[in-house]
This record gives sequence, C-alpha cells and structure tokens, in this order.
Amino acid sequence: MNIALLIIFAFLLLSFYSGIRARQGKDMNMEQWTVGGRGFGSIFIFLLVAGEIYTTFTFLGGSGWAYSKGAPSYYVLSYISLAYVISYWLLPPIWRYAKEHKLVSQSDFFVSKYNSPMLGILVAAVGVIAIIPYLVLQFKGLGIIVSEASYGTISPAAAVWLGVIAVTIYVMLSGIHGSAWTAAIKDIMIFFVVIFLGIYLPYHYYGGIQPMFAAVHAANPGFLTFPTEGLSTSWYISTVLITVFGFYMWPHTFGSVFSAKNENVFRKNTIMLPLYTLMLLFVFFVGFTAILQVPGLKGADGDLSLLRLSLKTFDPWIVGIIGAAGLLTALVPGSMLLMTGATLLAKNVYKVMAPATSDVQIAKVAKLLVPVLSLISLYFTLSGGDTLVTLLLMGYSLVTQLFPALLFSLGKQPLVNKYGAFAGIAAGVLTVAYTTVSQATLATLFPHWPSVIQDLNIGVVALLVNIVVMFGVTLITKPLFVNGQQAANTEGTPTFK
Amino acid sequence: MKARDWLGVVPFIGMLGGVPFVNRVEPYVLGMPFVLFWIVLWVVLTSVIMAVIHQLDPATKEEESSS
Repeated sequence: MNIALLIIFAFLLLSFYSGIRARQGKDMNMEQWTVGGRGFGSIFIFLLVAGEIYTTFTFLGGSGWAYSKGAPSYYVLSYISLAYVISYWLLPPIWRYAKEHKLVSQSDFFVSKYNSPMLGILVAAVGVIAIIPYLVLQFKGLGIIVSEASYGTISPAAAVWLGVIAVTIYVMLSGIHGSAWTAAIKDIMIFFVVIFLGIYLPYHYYGGIQPMFAAVHAANPGFLTFPTEGLSTSWYISTVLITVFGFYMWPHTFGSVFSAKNENVFRKNTIMLPLYTLMLLFVFFVGFTAILQVPGLKGADGDLSLLRLSLKTFDPWIVGIIGAAGLLTALVPGSMLLMTGATLLAKNVYKVMAPATSDVQIAKVAKLLVPVLSLISLYFTLSGGDTLVTLLLMGYSLVTQLFPALLFSLGKQPLVNKYGAFAGIAAGVLTVAYTTVSQATLATLFPHWPSVIQDLNIGVVALLVNIVVMFGVTLITKPLFVNGQQAANTEGTPTFK
Repeated sequence: MKARDWLGVVPFIGMLGGVPFVNRVEPYVLGMPFVLFWIVLWVVLTSVIMAVIHQLDPATKEEESSS
C-alpha cells in the first residue's frame, strides 16, 4: 500500500470515528436520526447545504466536463447561484409548514398538503429512483479516487466495491450528526485543495490563467464558448432552468431544509452562498489545464482528468491529500443520499402499506434498507458507462417533476387537486423515462425544427407535459367530487389511513 | 409581488438572457474568456442583489424571536 492510499484510509477511519462519537449519548429516535432535532444554526446549515452541493460531482465531474466539453460546463456555476435566489422565497414557507406539522420527509410534505398518502408513495418513489443515479455518481467517484491513488494496483471495479462498503458502514455508524462533523472537515479540506490545484496547475504548466486559456483556445477554437448546435446557449438556458427548479426537490436537500432553526437562516444564506459557487471556477481551471497536459481521455474517462493531472504533477503524499478530500466529497453526500432513500422507503412506502408498524420497527427497516440501496446502486455503477454530469442530469430531470406540484401547493389551498398532482408527476416521470430509454432528444423527435428549439433540454418537454396533465386532470376530476378541492390538511401530523 | 421581490428576477435575466449575446472568448477579463467572466460577474452581482433584497425585507428584521 502506497503513501497516497494510506492517507486516504486514515481520513476514512477519522470520519468513522467522528461519526461514532457524534452519536454517543444521543437518544436516536426517528426525528433526531434524520433532522438533527431542528437545532442547527446558520453556520452548520451553511456547511450542511454546502456539503450536499459540493459532491464528488463538483470535484471530478466539474473538471471532467471542462476537460471534455469546455464551455457547457459553466452551466454548473449558473444553476447553483440561481437556485439560491429561488430559495429566498421557496424555503421559508416550506420550513414553516413542516415545523407546524412536525414533518420529517419530503414525502410527508406532499401527503400533508394534498391529504393523500398515495401521492406520498409516488413522491417517495420518484425521490428514491432519482437518488440512484446520484448515488451511482458518488460511488463512481470513490472508485476513481481509490483506483487512481493506488497507481493502478487496485482495479476500478474493486475500488468501487471498497467505496460502497465504506459509505454503507459510515451510514450505519452515524446519522446526520456524523455527516455534519465530517461535512465540516470536508468543506475546509476541499476548499484549500481546490483553490491550490486551480491556481498552482495553470501557473505550473502555462505561467498563468490567461496563457492557459489562450493555449486551449489556440489548440481548439470554439471550445471556450458555447457551440452553435448541440450544447448551445439554448441548451444552457433550458438546462439551468430545469436544474434550478429541481435543486430543492432532491429528497435529501428538501429534508435538510427542515433542520434549520428558523426561516431567516435561509434568507441570510442566500447572500453568501452564491459566492461559494465561485470555488467551482478553480475546478474548471484544473479541467482546462488538463486538456493539453493529459490528453486522450475519452468519454466518461474525462472524469479522471483532475486525478491524472495530479498524479503527473505531484508526489504521492499530495495525491493522498487530494484523494482524501475527494473521498469526503463522496462520503458525505453519499451517506446523506443513502439515509434519505432508506428513510423514505421505510416511512413513506413501507409504513403506509403496513400501518401497524411502530416507529422503532420503521427505524430498523430503514437501517436494513441502507445496504439494499447500496447494492442496487453498486450494480448500476459497475454496469454503466456514463459521465458524472450525465448521471446528475438524469437524476435532475426526474426530481424536477416534483416542482410544479410543490409550487402549486404553497398557498393556503393547493391550486391543483391530489389527482392532478399525482397524474402530472407520473406523466412527467414517464416522459423522462421514455426519453432516457429511447435516447430521444428534441432533435431526433423533430429533425426539421430550428436548432434553438432542438437543443432545449428534453426535461423542458417533460415539465410541460407534467403541468398540462396536472391542470387537465384537476379540471376533469373537479366536478366529480364535492366542493371541487380537498382541504389542505391542517390537523397536525398526517394520519395514514 | 413587491418591487423588492421583482429584483430576484434580475439575476436570471443577466445570467441566462445575457449569455447568447456575450458568447465569445475575447476580451479576456481577469484571465478568463469573456463568456466565463460574464457568468462569474453575475454570480457576484447575484450575491449583491440578494443582500439588497435581504436589507429591504421586513421579514428578516423579526430575527430569532420567531423561533
């Protein structure tokens, strides 16, 4: 075992330790395990939110896309910043309602607002299905880090297995408290590692940022701007909008909203959080530097660019620290995703099917589901060959389908009824599934349309289908039921009937 | 919606609407190709705009007392 791997494993053990320690002396009932007792202040929420956003996707996928696609990778900067803008108005009403009704999951929110446990099952299912590509992304990242840091002695497949086992153990050991502490370590580390790499590498190889970009531009003109077709500006605008709407629809992100101390935490955070995204700039610098220094990484291998360039440039111990930071960027969100997925399935699917189950049993079921979800994601990790960005966009187009039903429920009375919400989400998700499986894009569906429309993210179509069906079904079902609209549940915790 | 809330639309216009018009490499600003610089500029402006909205919003004055 080389020094790089030793450092990475040392950090893994440290995070296990902080996970166990954070948990000691805590009475772990369901609410504490998942939302940390609603007691976190501004700084911790900042770290938690940042911890979920700065995943291995940012680290390896961001540089990977800069390496293989160029300018289109900038979309990441835009969507994260704009999502924070929306959060100023979106999160306070969600938090207030969740607190009043003591909700612990995203699915609870829909159950309570629309007074429909069936809708809760659908929302939980969509959330869990969307989480899987996101988990695959983290596992792939872990596999890349471990196998690259081993200098080829550990095969990528074996490295993925090791990564999956590590994340699963971590989740079983800790709840959200472990994640919060490890997230703090991770955020400090990733900050310094990314800034260091983003400045050192372009200066080392080109003598500066601008000479680096100029060299890339000379070698491949057009790479630093959005192309006129394909990943064009019209792709950029539509993709940013889809991902902005989906940003808070991830079940784990939605769930973390509940753990804030008060609603002004969100308003205050919107000032600083956009600036935090500028860290991505340094990740892009690394990816662009790698283009001419470690050429020839094709397709999904673009995600290796940051580590390949590090291996070429640095001593093994520095590679170890970079790898350790990368490990934490996969471990923290990976554990959060696994925990959320397992809790959703246990509480919002299993419990609805078997209402007699006690909370203690549900918590047990949730913990049993953690390794099950790990194994499912492991299967897809080992069988698929997509880039990290493709995986993330797939998950996003699914969770975004929850946005209209959420948005229309924020008023005192939901604008659509539960049948409309159910049908709309289902139609949107089916559209996404169809286009994913058939690889359809607007360009293949409508070959003669102008490229401005052809390049639109296909998620836009799914979202439109979703909204049209939602209002259509609401209008049709309205006369069939007394009063037209069902009342929003205002009686405390939703009762499962 | 109050005028204050409409301010929240401005980052969308700048970051999304502006990009098709500035999709070029030259001139480099702070070492970055122009379109990248434009997006970075709007990230910073977004932060400034949110600070202004926060300042104007009476809801943020209630502070921790509400919890």
